Amino acid sequence: MELILALAIGILVGSGVWLLLRPRSYQVIIGLCLLAYGVNLFIFAMGRLYVGAAPIMPKGGFVDPTAYADPLPQALVLTAIVISFATTALFLVLMIAARGATGTDHVDGKERHS
Amino acid sequence: MMNDGTMPDHLMIAPILIPLVAGAIMLFYNDRNRQIKLIMGLVAVGLTFLASVELMSDVKSATEQGGTVVGLYRLGDWPVPIGIVLVLDRLSAMMVMLTALLAAPSLIYAAAGWHGKGQHYHSMFQFLLAGVNGSFLTGDLFNLFVFFEVMLAASYGLMLHGSGPERIKAGLHYLAVNLAASLFFLIGVALVYGTTGTLNMADIARALHWLDDAERLLFHAAATFLGLAFLIKAAAWPLCFWLPPTYGTASPPAAAIMAIMTKVGIYVILRLSLLVLGPDAGASAGFGAPVLMIGGVLTMAFGMIGILGTPELARKGGYLAIISSGTVLASIGFAQAGGGSSMLGGALYYMVGSTAAISAFFLIAEPVTRNDLGDDDVPVEDDGFDPLSERWTPMGLGTVEDTSAPASQRTVSWLTMSICFGLVAAMIAGLPPMPGFIGKLAILRGAIEDNLPTSGHLPVILWAYAAMLILSGLGALISLMRFGIRRFWAEEGPTPRILALEVVPVVMLLGMIGLQTVRSDALLGYTNATASALLEPGVYRRAVLAEAQDVRAAPVQSFAPDPQPENGQEPEAQE
Repeated sequence: MELILALAIGILVGSGVWLLLRPRSYQVIIGLCLLAYGVNLFIFAMGRLYVGAAPIMPKGGFVDPTAYADPLPQALVLTAIVISFATTALFLVLMIAARGATGTDHVDGKERHS
Repeated sequence: MMNDGTMPDHLMIAPILIPLVAGAIMLFYNDRNRQIKLIMGLVAVGLTFLASVELMSDVKSATEQGGTVVGLYRLGDWPVPIGIVLVLDRLSAMMVMLTALLAAPSLIYAAAGWHGKGQHYHSMFQFLLAGVNGSFLTGDLFNLFVFFEVMLAASYGLMLHGSGPERIKAGLHYLAVNLAASLFFLIGVALVYGTTGTLNMADIARALHWLDDAERLLFHAAATFLGLAFLIKAAAWPLCFWLPPTYGTASPPAAAIMAIMTKVGIYVILRLSLLVLGPDAGASAGFGAPVLMIGGVLTMAFGMIGILGTPELARKGGYLAIISSGTVLASIGFAQAGGGSSMLGGALYYMVGSTAAISAFFLIAEPVTRNDLGDDDVPVEDDGFDPLSERWTPMGLGTVEDTSAPASQRTVSWLTMSICFGLVAAMIAGLPPMPGFIGKLAILRGAIEDNLPTSGHLPVILWAYAAMLILSGLGALISLMRFGIRRFWAEEGPTPRILALEVVPVVMLLGMIGLQTVRSDALLGYTNATASALLEPGVYRRAVLAEAQDVRAAPVQSFAPDPQPENGQEPEAQE
């Protein structure tokens, strides 16, 4: 499981960074999305990996915390997903506005003629 | 603690809640009711300012009575290392007050017409203030991320306010850079949590001592990622290319308040590098200090070259922000490496003055270039045609003040603006008696007094810093005077119409700068005490974690009662 998760994060972040550096704004937005997915998985992994463990402890009494998944990274991931979703939506709007205003989807607003 | 535990000091959360609630209430009104929104915004800023004054006097009296530096506010009354805390110390009180002081002129300036150029200007402005104040007050790393995003989301809106192709193009870059920086921030936060098991800043500093070598390496990676995110925000050299176009194309009142945003990045670097990686951090002591020192000096050099190279006045303002950032960043690096507190105190004093000056600069830049194309090498046509008039028409508070007597009004406002430009330029260049000079002098004196007697000589990097401190001021002076002579002295013919509403905020900011000179003894004393407190992170840590002991002793969870390397803050996962 560790290997699969690590590979997944690596591939997501790697392709995200590559796309982020591309000149088309659509590639940039997809790159940012992939990066966000990779980072969210990474936050999740930083709470250690559990299989079949609940994150919330039952009410009252002493429990063995090792039998439960760490709830904090799950809360962090939730927040991060919401925020990155919202900002990506804003980026999308801006991207369309830039396409309309400049007539090209190049991130600099003009084609590079070499 | 300012109060003795039983009754929390709810005033601490006021600088976050007031703008947040005010901004939310404004959303219920139609955007055409701009005057109502403006008044609400001004009232909110005024209340925030009063709260910050009260907080600052609390902090000062707590320090004078020999108490701890820190006020603590536990959100939801959760015990300390578990819940999120707001922490008030001298630095955060000062920054909150500075934010409120910069906000009022920017709002008044927006009333001259800019707030009508798009939707929901006032709400976004208040949300920005809430995010900035939250970043200054929070003591929790993830909470910092949330406030950062609140601030950034509002700043995207403010930056794009007024629209137009130039803003959209610059905004696209700004958004992409900041989204990437936020992801770096998240990676750093996750790594910090993975290694130390806590996100409370004071607790991170304590947990750092228990890390083994492998974990420490990971923690350093986390610090690097976090540093990268904040250096992008603070516009340190290789990461600052987004700033001049963004600030140069943003509407002037938005750029004026965004001047505080680079300081948020600097604040976090200052807070974390001295609290977590300060001189008493064991094996991690001074991590990142060389980067800050060298990066700061290079940032100043880049800013100086940039300001000399760009013809556009608003972009010059962006480079001024970069110079200011570099100056403070380098000082933080020296302080972290053990360069003494009085240098950092001088840098903090400089930061207050230069932020106000940069804010004023952005407000001046648009009116004085309104008639030309923003290029001081192109002769200005005096046929009365205003190329910007289609994009921008001053509207005023319902009625335009200076229509009754246009000729005299024009002259007075133009003259005032040009005098203000000269004063701001003198301030930024560091000419006496402006605070820029006092701040730079205090930095240089601190650098020499604290380092010369101990080692007998000054390190090369300190010489480079001192040289850049003077050279960057010279560069700014040459560039701004060149512009000023062409625009204000040499140019004849009609001058652009400048509203009283645009002059008043600039005069307010200059009044603040003037007050800083007159009361420089008091302010320098305050910043010096702040710097000494920052270099004693143990006080901050103890004050924040004072009540954490109760939790550790409680039998409900298996927390370690004492620092033990093998038993972390949070239960470790069992493989």
